Amino acid sequence: MRRAVSLYRTSVGKKFYMAVSGFILIFFLIAHMAGNLKMYAGPEAFNHYAEWLREVGYPLLPHKSALWVMRIVLLASVGIHMLSALQLYLQSRAARPIGYRQAQDLSFSYASRTMRWGGVIIAAFVVYHLLHFTTGQAHPDFRAGDAYRNVVLGFQNWWVVGFYTLTLIMVTFHLYHGLWSAFQTIGANHPKYNPIRRPLALVLALLLFAGFMSVPVGVQTGLLSLQSSIAEKEAGVFHGAPIHEGGE
Amino acid sequence: MELNAKIPSGPIEQRWTKHRFEMKLVSPANKRKYTVIVIGTGLAGASAAATMAELGYNVRVYTYNDSARRAHSIAAQGGINAAKNYQNDGDSVYRLFYDTVKGGDFRSRESNVYRLAELSVNIIDQCVAQGVPFAREYSGLLDNRSFGGAQVSRTFYARGQTGQQLLLGCYQALQKEVAGGNAKVFTRHELLDVVVVDGVARGVVLRDMVSGRIFSDAADAVVLATGGYSNVFFLSTNAKGCNVTATWRAHRRGAGFANPCFTQIHPTCIPPSGEYQSKLTLMSESLRNDGRIWVPKRAGDTRAPGDIPEDERDYYLERLYPAFGNLSPRDISSRRAKEMVDRGHGVGPLRNGVYLDFKDAIARLGREKIRERYGNLFAMYEKITGEDPYEVPMRIYPAPHYTMGGLWVDYNLQTTIPGLFAAGEANFSDHGANRLGASALMQGLADGYFILPLTIGDWLARVKPGANTTDHPAFRDAEREAKARVDALLAVGGKTSVDTFHMRLGRIMWDKCGMSRNAAGLKEALDQVRQLREEFWRDVRVLGSGDTLNQSLEKAGRVADFLEFAELMCYDALARDESCGAHYREEHTTEDGEAKRNDEKFAFVSVWEFRGVGEEPILHKEPLTFEYVPLSTRSYK
Amino acid sequence: MEFTLHVWRQSGPAAPGRFETLSVKDISEHMSFLEMLDLVNERLIAEGKEPIAFDHDCREGICGTCGLMINGVPHGPLGLTTACQLHMRHLKGAKEIWVEPWRARAFPVIKDLVVDRSALDRIIQAGGYISVRTGSAPEANSIPVKKIDADMAMDAAICIGCGACVAACPNGSAMLFTAAKVSHLGLLPQGQPERFDRVLSMVEAHDREGFGNCTNHGACQNACPKGISVDFIARLNRDLVKAALTYKPYEITAV
Repeated sequence: MRRAVSLYRTSVGKKFYMAVSGFILIFFLIAHMAGNLKMYAGPEAFNHYAEWLREVGYPLLPHKSALWVMRIVLLASVGIHMLSALQLYLQSRAARPIGYRQAQDLSFSYASRTMRWGGVIIAAFVVYHLLHFTTGQAHPDFRAGDAYRNVVLGFQNWWVVGFYTLTLIMVTFHLYHGLWSAFQTIGANHPKYNPIRRPLALVLALLLFAGFMSVPVGVQTGLLSLQSSIAEKEAGVFHGAPIHEGGE
Repeated sequence: MELNAKIPSGPIEQRWTKHRFEMKLVSPANKRKYTVIVIGTGLAGASAAATMAELGYNVRVYTYNDSARRAHSIAAQGGINAAKNYQNDGDSVYRLFYDTVKGGDFRSRESNVYRLAELSVNIIDQCVAQGVPFAREYSGLLDNRSFGGAQVSRTFYARGQTGQQLLLGCYQALQKEVAGGNAKVFTRHELLDVVVVDGVARGVVLRDMVSGRIFSDAADAVVLATGGYSNVFFLSTNAKGCNVTATWRAHRRGAGFANPCFTQIHPTCIPPSGEYQSKLTLMSESLRNDGRIWVPKRAGDTRAPGDIPEDERDYYLERLYPAFGNLSPRDISSRRAKEMVDRGHGVGPLRNGVYLDFKDAIARLGREKIRERYGNLFAMYEKITGEDPYEVPMRIYPAPHYTMGGLWVDYNLQTTIPGLFAAGEANFSDHGANRLGASALMQGLADGYFILPLTIGDWLARVKPGANTTDHPAFRDAEREAKARVDALLAVGGKTSVDTFHMRLGRIMWDKCGMSRNAAGLKEALDQVRQLREEFWRDVRVLGSGDTLNQSLEKAGRVADFLEFAELMCYDALARDESCGAHYREEHTTEDGEAKRNDEKFAFVSVWEFRGVGEEPILHKEPLTFEYVPLSTRSYK
Repeated sequence: MEFTLHVWRQSGPAAPGRFETLSVKDISEHMSFLEMLDLVNERLIAEGKEPIAFDHDCREGICGTCGLMINGVPHGPLGLTTACQLHMRHLKGAKEIWVEPWRARAFPVIKDLVVDRSALDRIIQAGGYISVRTGSAPEANSIPVKKIDADMAMDAAICIGCGACVAACPNGSAMLFTAAKVSHLGLLPQGQPERFDRVLSMVEAHDREGFGNCTNHGACQNACPKGISVDFIARLNRDLVKAALTYKPYEITAV
């Protein structure tokens, strides 16, 4: 523990924690996206999946215990990710009290310059998103237990889709730089694998973007609606049992 | 002035060992009571400071640079010699010794040179252990190359940045001592004077270049490792800040100055592109392996190089020296290039260079092969000149590069002022009248790591530690003088900038005391330098104040010293009425136009004693004897 | 060439600074950037104005003394070049040229364009060396070093300590500088005994000096006149994490 704390005290250590928490969040996003695609399997399948998330591990474990473990891990990751980001931001801001009159951006990618304000947008979205689909306060007509309906109704609103899209663009930038950056930070560099770090980050970021976007696009185009059920069509997309918290 | 070189007796191979035994030692417990001041953080200064601090002495280091890592040793490209014989090609300490004495054209001390060759092997061990990333073979063992016409491969190198890597090694060792508390490094400080009381060096007067504060520091010994004086020519390959002030101030306080006229000119530099030129950039000599040097046969020919037909070109080195051709030694190629330009055959917009043409090499070996060999150099040339050397011949011209002369030192590297030591390029010690390639780094490190830290102990063991303090009135006087000088520079209030004076001085020295000299020209130069100095003190314009960072003021002080020192150089060149090594007197040439040495009359070290500004200095002679390397004449025909 | 030069003037560390605008004429394109400044200074002196202070020494791109932000890019637009080796022809067509000092809390301005970079020395003091007593070194060829390691060490060791990485970094971080030294020494067998102590102390010193942290923008690599790669930063990170988590207990003081 003492070592873990002393590591965190260095700037590189904070980055390391940020990278590790980032990896956890990326795994979450992948699982989340896979779960979302269940929407295409129809209301019953999706609602069943949403219910299953609450019961995963049962009867071996008590009700909702696995869910809570997941929630704590995720919350801790988000907390560490944001806390280290804030501290690093303050350190960097203090490092250059007077800026340049003229400064050209020499960074490798534009994405790296969006991490901080992009992160803030993403954080704001997450809060809204939980109120929207998990607890329902921000939902016009929330019905606990009918996740499918909540999602479809939620995405029928164009400005919800707009916010969602904007956030996903930010997430894509965030991942494109963040994943590559995390490899750098944990020191995963080797001449043989270095060339694939960038493409890997790009492919993953784009896949997540496409997967997440398919749901609101499906709702907006009418592919997903309260009437239709196209279960069999997309069933093949879904592999394994995703570990997932909220049903959206 | 007494010149006791303190050379140990006995067979040359045993002299250094014997001397180390005979020297007095300071006991380990007493070392921390002694303080040593080191001026300069090049290879010699930084290595000496680090080693002395490690031994336990208190070391205070001053440098004009903003970090100890920036001294001009960093710019050395080629490599460092060492008699390791890793190539099994017949090298030995004795051969390196022999080559160096011969290369110095028999104007260096055999004993010193032998010690240098002997220590060369320890230097490599030391540097490798410090993490200097020397070039290696696939076996993991150290690589060597042959350099500067040597017949054996004994040069160790780290790409084209050997000086940088060696200096970083010393710098890091010194920073370790700073962290440990035994050494303190004061950056952006320059020496203004040396304080001598009763004939012994007691300390120095310094200026903090940021605050302008002038103050003194006292110590039990003072080391000057302040480099050479090539910047007397204004244009040279030296860094802009390199100056003669420390050694000149020591000279004024009584230290003998040895062989000031021995200045080395490097043949392959990029010629100036205009009046504004601020320094000259060296291009590696290796270019001469494949490039052919030529000028148009007709003087004043302004055609583009490609328009000049083959039979109207003069490949003068190939013509004059069929055996060595374009690879003729540095001084010969330099002199011939100057001769061509002086006769109106110069090329380029200012007609101030000669061509170094790769057309034939490209035709023979292909563009790729040439790129492989010289890609970096070609890119650098293009960056600086805007011309593509694959298409148009390069233009080159010689430039001042290294000064063999310096403060006279005995075998202990002590100057004629007891307690004052000089190391590296600042002393005159090992290169005689000409320096071999890859030997400067070797000498700087031998002095700094292995010689000075021991020989200084012999001095310190004889003095009471801490006896010198800045309370002595001599320090007040020296500070007052230094302040008065700064004030005087600021008070002239003339019209002409410092750089203008420096350029004019450089022009005089280059024309009259450069790579070829004659009595009439040197006498003219003496007059011109004196006049210029008077004009300087009448008309220089130094703006700003003395109590902030003031780069004009710094320059002014340095140029004022160059203006005094230049006279000494001319006196020395005039007095040395022979040609030897890099010192070429037009009156003394063989029938083929080569340097003609006069061993009967000039086999000595010229050591000059200061008598006053504008007064003729007194010449003392340290005779040189050659017991091991027989006197002989070189020939490159 | 003819252009408007905006140059930062600041009379001392505590004084407020400002841009001075000079109209500069008759500049040869063959001049180096610093020679252009020399000439501007000569003209200022002729007018009785104090010349612009700027750091420089070797003027051949190796000492690392010069460092100017030229039109928003450390050492100017050419790439792999220090300001002293930048020639005016590379700024052809520029109507306005902005010259600023390096900006970082750890690099306070001394005067005009001159900054204090001694923080970099203190990072080296924290462990950027291999401890070897003069005279105690083993025979140079007794420890073979793989050529690839020696070459990589050299790739890192070519750092000239100019501070362009700090100047370019949006976070004002000196991590490329620190990583270059950690990697140079850490890649060699001679550097192994102190490897983990070194990285811990040097990063600690880096943070203490008030540099920002590395968020892998990569601007440092693009600004580095020697082209040092950010791969070395990854190397440093790996060493640091390993050192902090597995190496002997080591107290790292708070940032």
